Amino acid sequence: MLELRAITKRFGEVLANDHIDIRVEPGTIHAIVGENGAGKSTAMRIAYGFYTADSGEIVVDGEPRQIQTPHDAIRLGIGMVHQHFMLVDTMTVAENIVLGAEPGSAAAIDLTKALGEIRALSNEFRLSVDPNAVIHDLSVGQQQRVELLKALYRRARLLILDEPTAVLTPQEVEEFFAILRRMREQGKTVIIITHKLSEVLAISDDVTVMRDGRVVGRVKTKETNAAELARMMVGRDVLLRVEKPDARPGETVLSVQRLSVTAGGGERGLRDVSFQVRAGEIVGVAGVEGNGQTELIEALAGLVPAARVSGEIRFRERDVTRTSARERYELGIAHVPEDRHRRGLLLDFDLSENSILGLHYRRPAVSAGPLLDLSGIRARALEMIQDFDVRPANPDLPARALSGGNQQKLIIGREFGLGPKLLLISQPTRGVDIGAIEFIHRKLVELRDEGCAILLVSAELEEVTSLADRLLVIYHGRLVGEVDPRQATQEEIGLLMTGGGKANAE
Amino acid sequence: MSDIFNVGLLLSALRLATPLLLAALGGLFSERAGVINIALEGLMLAGAFTAASVTWYAGSPWVGLVSAVLAGALIAAVHAVACIRYRADQVVSGTAINILLTGVPALLSGAFFLSSGSTPQVPQENLIPWTPIVIAGLLVPLTYYVLYYTPFGLRLRAVGENPEAADAAGVSVNLMRYAAVLISGALAGIGGAYLSIGQSSLFTRNMSAGRGFIALAALIFGKWRPVQTMLACLLFGFTEAVAIQLQGVRFGGEEIPTQFVQIIPYVLTIVVLAGFIGTSRAPRALGIPYQKEK
Repeated sequence: MLELRAITKRFGEVLANDHIDIRVEPGTIHAIVGENGAGKSTAMRIAYGFYTADSGEIVVDGEPRQIQTPHDAIRLGIGMVHQHFMLVDTMTVAENIVLGAEPGSAAAIDLTKALGEIRALSNEFRLSVDPNAVIHDLSVGQQQRVELLKALYRRARLLILDEPTAVLTPQEVEEFFAILRRMREQGKTVIIITHKLSEVLAISDDVTVMRDGRVVGRVKTKETNAAELARMMVGRDVLLRVEKPDARPGETVLSVQRLSVTAGGGERGLRDVSFQVRAGEIVGVAGVEGNGQTELIEALAGLVPAARVSGEIRFRERDVTRTSARERYELGIAHVPEDRHRRGLLLDFDLSENSILGLHYRRPAVSAGPLLDLSGIRARALEMIQDFDVRPANPDLPARALSGGNQQKLIIGREFGLGPKLLLISQPTRGVDIGAIEFIHRKLVELRDEGCAILLVSAELEEVTSLADRLLVIYHGRLVGEVDPRQATQEEIGLLMTGGGKANAE
Repeated sequence: MSDIFNVGLLLSALRLATPLLLAALGGLFSERAGVINIALEGLMLAGAFTAASVTWYAGSPWVGLVSAVLAGALIAAVHAVACIRYRADQVVSGTAINILLTGVPALLSGAFFLSSGSTPQVPQENLIPWTPIVIAGLLVPLTYYVLYYTPFGLRLRAVGENPEAADAAGVSVNLMRYAAVLISGALAGIGGAYLSIGQSSLFTRNMSAGRGFIALAALIFGKWRPVQTMLACLLFGFTEAVAIQLQGVRFGGEEIPTQFVQIIPYVLTIVVLAGFIGTSRAPRALGIPYQKEK
């Protein structure tokens, strides 16, 4: 169906794709796996005409083709669902689906016809969504269905899906896989880009593995296993499961009583949340994104306007509900934010400058009078960069030049360097490659064992269950249950995450 | 007071709103596609000068009007190439065009008419005092229809909100933006033509007097929507009409100083912009050049 032959693509200095060969048979589900930055998305964006290859050939249905723009790809029956959805969120579902392929004449869009076709497609593939809803009112799962409909509406025979399950709950993933299987039955071909090996094994027929811009192998799914795939991806043996001794919790560090955050700014808010975190334990918060996790962490870090917060936050016996973010930071509450680009880094500043964010006004960053101690800052940054394995280890590079995983290690290095009593950490390994995930997980457990209290929020269920000593589940801004992560199954937790389940808020 | 508010005042408001509306609708096309058009002022001047000169030479206001449309589109094309092809800063490019157009007409009228400021007077029978008002009035429903009911409009709005999404859907972002900026030049050109061969009978230096910017304010005030933008233009036109009427009016025995009266529309513009720029949501991709591979 689709073949990439010796595709090469360079971005400035970086060789993103180095003579890539990928062959996808019609009527199969083909997984492309690899760490972040391995070049998976680049290769697929080339196949979809978003990027143009420097050299190499694209063959569709046995014939070499020029694909310069997405328009060309669409004409050849290729559709793509991007990791970040390509939807105009002020427009309706129907408008998004027909955009660029509008039925009717140039003088008028035939909306009735469009709606009819959309309904027929959503019935055929069981992708239910209201065509008249406006995108920003939809959940991410629904938005994904719109993306699939968009591709199907354009008569795509080959669907490229870039990290499609990143935003879904375990139940939604199951439904989603059912949809993919249905598509395969109807003769469609699917390429799925992912880094989740369990999903590769569950859904695909064939796997192509990429590393550092090259294809390092191709295997039949039936003939491989997770360990082998991980080894191919990383180039060495990897620990897939976190190994940690049992927690030895000490005194209560954080005590939250009936904390509420009023909804606002597109956030759902938080209602009546109470819990404790003790020294030397990791408390995980599981939940589908957008259920109040952001509000919870930001309220604890002091980043939500006081007017929106009610209830009480006590940190080591002291009421900090009304104290400023800076004061909390000074008390020893460190924060690794969920969105490192928005809250964690100044992308155009260099690594040593980023290493003192939040510490920039006091010793040791400031030495004499009002001046920064630049050489001292740089030396300490270099030390931290080495301790936390940030690569490339050059404090003069702008943060933008680093991969997601290395940016994250830099932030973690900075926050850990504070010697925190409490760490608020959100999505610690989002967009981070397997090697770095292993490293970050190990560091978190180390910090815990040094007696730090850790509140961990993650959308990756596997991550929270394997790291947390106790697990809270959040749904619609409320804590709906606490489970023992060693006992509870993914299904039980998944059910709580979607508001079902036996344990409702007492 | 009652002799100030009369039918004459409303007609005058309508006349004063017309060039604003034409320019603002032009700005609407450009900005809904994501290209800031601060060059409306310069585009109006281009239209005004071209209309007056060509009408004087050709003896026909229709030839003059069409030339003004072309001149507006031509200058807008410069803005488009700078902003789309070369991804220049859209405000800087627009400002450059505005500065250029304060000088170019003077230069050309020096060459053609041996006068550094203005063009020769166009005879009364060659003026079009009503046509542009009708055109502007018809353009409002037309713009509305194009924007919300045609493939072109859907693509235009998509390109201004989320160009990546439009691109992924197979829409050429650049093509849409070129079209939008050219349309904006053409409409601002008509607005300019109305100034020189509708309201007046010749081009005088800098005769747009900030109307391009007021049009931009009306566009923001009107939330980048055709009907609301028209209402905003009418409000600005009305204020200007009142300002003109108030000149020479005695208030408590004292004459209101003209300067004070003349600033009213501009003060309103500032007030409106300060009060509404926050609440009015611009097209999300406004001002951001589209770059495919980044």
